[in-house]
Amino acid sequence: MAKGIKNEVAIIGMGCTKFGELWDKSAADLIVDAYLEAVEDAGIEKDDIDAAWFGTCFDEVNVGKSALALPKALKLPFIPVTRVENFCASGTESFRGACYAVASGACDVALAFGAEKLKDTGYGGLPDFGNLLGLENRSTFPNMTAPGGFALMATTYFDKYGLSAEEGKQVLAHISSKSHHNGTLNPKAHLRREVSVEQIMKAPIVAWPLGLFDCCGVSDGAACAIVVRAQDAKKYRKDPIYVKSLQVAVTSGEEMAHQSWDGAHVETTTRAGIKAYKEAGITNPREEISMMEVHDCFSITELSTYEDLQISPRGQAAKDVEAGFFDLDGKVPCQPDGGLKCFGHPIGASGLRMIYELYKQFQGKADKRQIENPRLGLTHNLGGFPCMSVVSVAILGSEL
Amino acid sequence: MVGITSYGAYIPWYRMNRKVIFDQLGWFNPATAGVARGEKSVANYDEDTITMAVSAAIDCLTNKDRTSVDGLYLASTSLPFAERQNSVIVSEALDLGSGIRTADFSNSLKSGTTALLSAFDAVREGGTTMVCASDNRVGKPGSSQEHTFGDGAAALLVGSEGVIAEFKGSYSVSHDFIDFRRAQSEIFVHGWEERWIRDEGYAKIIPEAAMGLAKKYNLNVSDFAKIIIACPVAGALKGLVKMLGANPEQIQDNLVANVGDTGTAMPLMMLTAALEDAQPGDKILVLSYGSGSDALFFEVTDEIEKVKKDIKGIKGHLAERNDLTVYGKYLVFRNIIPLEVGIRGEDVSPTAMSVLWREGKVISALVGSRCTACGTPQYPRQRVCVNPECGAIDEMEDYCFSDKMGTLTSYTGDNLSFTWDPPQIYGLVDFEEGGRLFLDLTDCSLDSVKVGMSVSMSFRKKYSDPQRGFFGYFWKAVPVKQ
Repeated sequence: MAKGIKNEVAIIGMGCTKFGELWDKSAADLIVDAYLEAVEDAGIEKDDIDAAWFGTCFDEVNVGKSALALPKALKLPFIPVTRVENFCASGTESFRGACYAVASGACDVALAFGAEKLKDTGYGGLPDFGNLLGLENRSTFPNMTAPGGFALMATTYFDKYGLSAEEGKQVLAHISSKSHHNGTLNPKAHLRREVSVEQIMKAPIVAWPLGLFDCCGVSDGAACAIVVRAQDAKKYRKDPIYVKSLQVAVTSGEEMAHQSWDGAHVETTTRAGIKAYKEAGITNPREEISMMEVHDCFSITELSTYEDLQISPRGQAAKDVEAGFFDLDGKVPCQPDGGLKCFGHPIGASGLRMIYELYKQFQGKADKRQIENPRLGLTHNLGGFPCMSVVSVAILGSEL
Repeated sequence: MVGITSYGAYIPWYRMNRKVIFDQLGWFNPATAGVARGEKSVANYDEDTITMAVSAAIDCLTNKDRTSVDGLYLASTSLPFAERQNSVIVSEALDLGSGIRTADFSNSLKSGTTALLSAFDAVREGGTTMVCASDNRVGKPGSSQEHTFGDGAAALLVGSEGVIAEFKGSYSVSHDFIDFRRAQSEIFVHGWEERWIRDEGYAKIIPEAAMGLAKKYNLNVSDFAKIIIACPVAGALKGLVKMLGANPEQIQDNLVANVGDTGTAMPLMMLTAALEDAQPGDKILVLSYGSGSDALFFEVTDEIEKVKKDIKGIKGHLAERNDLTVYGKYLVFRNIIPLEVGIRGEDVSPTAMSVLWREGKVISALVGSRCTACGTPQYPRQRVCVNPECGAIDEMEDYCFSDKMGTLTSYTGDNLSFTWDPPQIYGLVDFEEGGRLFLDLTDCSLDSVKVGMSVSMSFRKKYSDPQRGFFGYFWKAVPVKQ
């Protein structure tokens, strides 16, 4: 019987660059910046690192294929380095590889990295999906973009739960506005201005019903984590952060080809959440989770995620949103660092950026965003579209 | 007995009032005031000669068994491909199979009736041939043709069983009469003087064919319930009617007033309209025109009533319309002006021909698979059943979605993706008989789209790759018009 990853692994150091339109930084520059912060935080040397994982998505317009960009930037001395990619879960996937490596006893210290230079593509938004979904899909997939793929869930969610377009957009606007507020408190965020619900409601439509502020931007960034086995953690620092669960769920293909999916939730998040709570020993997520960093690529994603992760009951998340349940001063603060909304989404880096925020929160280093005595924190990433996705869920805690 | 066994047509959803054109360019060519009446049909940005022919053929096959068709002819002067057979693209969209004869008939406006005559010859020994005539011609801005041209298609099934209009005979004349001409590389026609075309063309060549037919079969003009004259010029038509000694009631509407001069499709669209109202015993005369003239005549049989049910034809399509009020849209749809398409429009990934060949009817005819273990239809064709309760492997049979109805489960209007007619509307469609597909929508505006609305499938141009000389064809969902 597999025993899961709970309490097997600890994070002893992390680094995260500022995210934004970093015109003067190459991928190698970002990698070095995040690395320097992490090794200082962990108190280790380069030679202590036994293996590394490197997550990035748009390699064609970025670092290129294979793992080479990471060791070449850092001059890692002929150690195993693995390139991973799982759409927007690439960063967490990278973390997962490093965690399993130390938990298995294959090595003692592993490095998980994520980096992405999206601003070099020349696109506003993500590059065209032409071949992103494979050669066959070129001929049959509708002419879609990422915002459109998620907007589909908004029209269905509004229809299913009887929200008018105005009511629905208002709920979504609260979600984005709350994140923008948190971003003003975070020096590493790209966007650091307050944006009101009214501004968000009035913004130009990108894909109906999602407007400009319902969509996260594209940006550049890198983040990394250094992990060891839990029992070795206190050798490195007095406040390591422990991994309670690491789960990934990928679609079976049924949401978009079988009539069983209702179009108003994300099945992969739901399944990943169930497995993650089981692995972490959590029975009442709404009560036990202290804080969350979820994948707010679009405001509708965050809304569905509250329900998919069983924090709000199905169809009821709107009530919690309006009551401020997920605000920074609410019961379960969500996106305390400002989220994808304020950081943008350098795909390989986002998962690790989320872990970085929780790591700092647990250690009391979140400054003006500090949440009081967090116990358990959850990160969530979603790649693809609600009808066809890969989801990762990680749960962390400050105690064994 | 050999003749027509079914009929169908297609008229695009967009209709542009000719005043819209005159408002834009009447200052440049005031003489076009004479033709700036009524409206013309305008193919959507995702339509062309091939897609319209497919739609007309589907209409024609409403009550017919597709497996009985063993030939398909496509006639047009506006075929997209000069080397890649256009008719076989149509037959594969219809999933007619490979054991059939296909042929393109092109380059004159009478090629539709020529294709029809060839089809009658082909079925004399037995068999069924589909004849499609379709045109999507572009009139040069500022010309009369810009006003008069319209887009459309007709399809006639031809055979010897269940004949609704018996083919009685024909007489053809051919002349290199260069009223209009267009070289291979050109988009717009060149024309000579209109009065010369009227006097030496319509007024001489059509009667030559008509008289030839009358003499050959000992016919009188009064024998005919309906006379179809493919002449789009009102004055010339009037003269012809008088010359033939026909009554105005006998003359079939040439559809110029509310569809336009549909070129090669015109005589077959007019014939389809005539058959919609025809009674058993009616004799119908067809006179086409273009590099000569084909004269054909038919006699309607008792079988006509059996075939009419559920065919949209000309009448049905005339009723399903939407005003195109922006001339600029027309220019963009017909690719007449250079346009800044931006990085998303420029970035077109190459199509792998080996993938298209391997996928075959999965893409061209929207054929997926149905699991024989649990009965779930699914798309694309799968080996492993998508039903989470099933998962059976290799227990599939082919299943066609293109003739099935569905409802819209989700939708959006996407302003970010590149499209010639923003926003791009797409969503998930749940089919009534099972299965779910992720499709683009077309022939609709965002404010009219609702979760739960009914949609049917339409064959369209999905993307173009002009640098590589390629179009991708696929199916889109079209809201069912109430």
